[in-house]
Amino acid sequence: MSVDSTVVLETRELVTGYGELEILHGVSVSVCSGEMVAVIGPNGAGKSTLLKGIFGLLPVQSGAVLLGGADVTGKPPDRLVQNGLSYVPQVENVFPSLTIQENLEMGAFIRRNGVRERIDEVFRLFPDLAKRKGENTGKLSGGQRQMLALARGLMLDPKILLLDEPSAGLSPKLVSAIFERINVVNKAGTAVLLVEQNAREALSLCRRGYVLAMGRNRLEGEASNLLNNEEVGRLYLGA
Amino acid sequence: MILLFLIWAVIDRRDAVVIGVVEGSILALGAVGLTLVYGVLKFAHFAHGDSMMLSAYCAFLLLSGVVSGSRPGVDAEVLPITVSDLPGATTEVWKFSFGYGLLVAMALSALVTSGILVVLDRLVYRRLRQRKSGIVIFSIASLGLAIAIRSLVLMVWGPTPRKYTTTVRENIDLPFDITILADQLFILAAAITVTVLAYILLFRTKLGKAMRAMADNPELALISGIRTELVIALTWALAGGLVAVAGVLLALQAQLDPQLGFVLLLPLFAAAILGGVGNPQGAFFGGMIVGIVQAVVVTFDFLSPGYKFSVAFVILILILLIRPRGLFGARL
Repeated sequence: MSVDSTVVLETRELVTGYGELEILHGVSVSVCSGEMVAVIGPNGAGKSTLLKGIFGLLPVQSGAVLLGGADVTGKPPDRLVQNGLSYVPQVENVFPSLTIQENLEMGAFIRRNGVRERIDEVFRLFPDLAKRKGENTGKLSGGQRQMLALARGLMLDPKILLLDEPSAGLSPKLVSAIFERINVVNKAGTAVLLVEQNAREALSLCRRGYVLAMGRNRLEGEASNLLNNEEVGRLYLGA
Repeated sequence: MILLFLIWAVIDRRDAVVIGVVEGSILALGAVGLTLVYGVLKFAHFAHGDSMMLSAYCAFLLLSGVVSGSRPGVDAEVLPITVSDLPGATTEVWKFSFGYGLLVAMALSALVTSGILVVLDRLVYRRLRQRKSGIVIFSIASLGLAIAIRSLVLMVWGPTPRKYTTTVRENIDLPFDITILADQLFILAAAITVTVLAYILLFRTKLGKAMRAMADNPELALISGIRTELVIALTWALAGGLVAVAGVLLALQAQLDPQLGFVLLLPLFAAAILGGVGNPQGAFFGGMIVGIVQAVVVTFDFLSPGYKFSVAFVILILILLIRPRGLFGARL
C-alpha cells in the first residue's frame, strides 16, 4: 500500500441534508492518496448522507468538498467522476435490465477509449462476473450484485472510491469475500472511503477511522486505536 | 387468449389482418417512441400523437410548400423551394403512388421533429425537472403542448384533409392470396426498418445503452458519470425520428388531418401498456396487436366501424385489469 500524505479527498465542516431536514451538522474527514479509511457510527449518524453530500447528490448548505485540493462543492457528478472520484451506493447500485458487461460499460461512460481493456482488467479481479458477462443483472444474487456494483465503480480507475455499506445484507462468508476484494483494490493504489455498519471488520481492514454520531465527528484516529477504544467498543462493536 | 384470437383472425379474416398489420406497424413505431420517453423521463407524453400529426404536416409543407391562404380553399405558397423541385422527386417509383421526394421529406421532417421535441424539452420539461415537479405536472404540460400543436396546425393548414399525392394507388398481389396496396407494403417495410434501426441504437450503441441505463436507475446513471441531460436530449431526438416516420406513414395510409394524432393517442397508450411500459420490444408487439385487433373487430357485422377506436379502450381496460404490467413486463 503506497500511502503518502497527499490528501485526495477532504470535507471541511460539511453541512447537508434532505431539503429542510439537516442531517450533517459539519463533518470533516480526509483521505490520503492510497489510504483506506473507515467511517463508522450508529444508524442515523449521517454516514450515507456524508457520501451523498460529497458526491453532490444532496445540496451542500455550507462547508466544502475538496478533491485533490480543488474545491468541487456542488459540482455535477460527471465532473467528479472525471476527476477520479467514484461512488458505489448501498442499494440500487446496478442497472438490473442491462447485462453485466453493459453495466460495466456504463461505469465507463465518460471514457473514450480503452473501455474493452479496462473491462478485461476488472473481470480479472472478479472472475465470477466474467463468466456471466452476457447475462442480465436482474438474476444475480446479492453477493454478485455487490461485486458488480464494486466493479462498476472501478471502471474509470478512480483515485478514490466511496463505498456505502458494501457488506449490507450479505452472509458472513460473502462479507469477507467482498472485503477481500476491496482490500485488493486498495492495495493496487485506489484510496477508499468505506462507510460501514460492520464496524469491527471495517476497522480491521482500514488504516484510520472516523466515528460519526448525530451528524457530527465524534472520534477519529488510527483504526487499531479505535478498535481498542472503550467507548467505541461499547457503543458500536458490541463488545 | 390473444394468441388464439390472432390465429383465428389470420385464418378467417385475412384481409382485415393485413390492414391491421399495416396500421399496427405505424402504431408500433409511435408506441416505441412513447415507451422510450416514458422509460427515460418517467411521464406519459400526451403530445405524442399530435407530434406525429405535426411531423406529417411538416413533411407535407416540405413537399408542397403550401399553407392555408387568407381565403378559404386557396392555398398560399410559402416555401420558395420544395423537395418536389428536386429533379424526378415526384416521379412515381415502382408501383408506389409517390416518388423519392416523400422519403426525403420524411427524413427532413424527422430532423425537424427531433429538433422541435428537443427544444420543447429545453423550454418546458427541463424547467419542470429543475423544479423537481411531479409526473402529473409533466403529463399535464404535455397535454397542453398537444392542444397547442393541434391548434397551431389548424391555424396554419386549416381543417381540410390533405394528401401527399393524388395519383391512383396500385394493388399488388402477394403469395397466399394476399392483395395489398403497394403503398401499404412500403409502410410496413419502412416501419420495420426504422424499428430495427431503433433497436440497434438502443442495444448496440453506447448512447442507447445509456438510455436504457437511465430508464433503469436515473440516480445510478448520474453517479456513473452519464451525462443525463445529453441522454434526455437524445431520447427526444430518437422519439422525434420515430414520431416523424410514423406520422408520415400514417398520413400516407389515411390522409392528413389535424385530428390525426389525437385519435391515435389512445391506441398508442394501449399499445405501450400492452407491451409493458418502458419495454420497446413489447411496445412494438403491442402496437401490432392493437392494430390487428382494431382492424379485425370492425369486420364484425354487429359493430359499426365507428367503434374502431373504442377497441383500444377495451384493450386498455382489459390489460389494466388483468395484467397491469403488460404482456412482456415493464422494463427497458
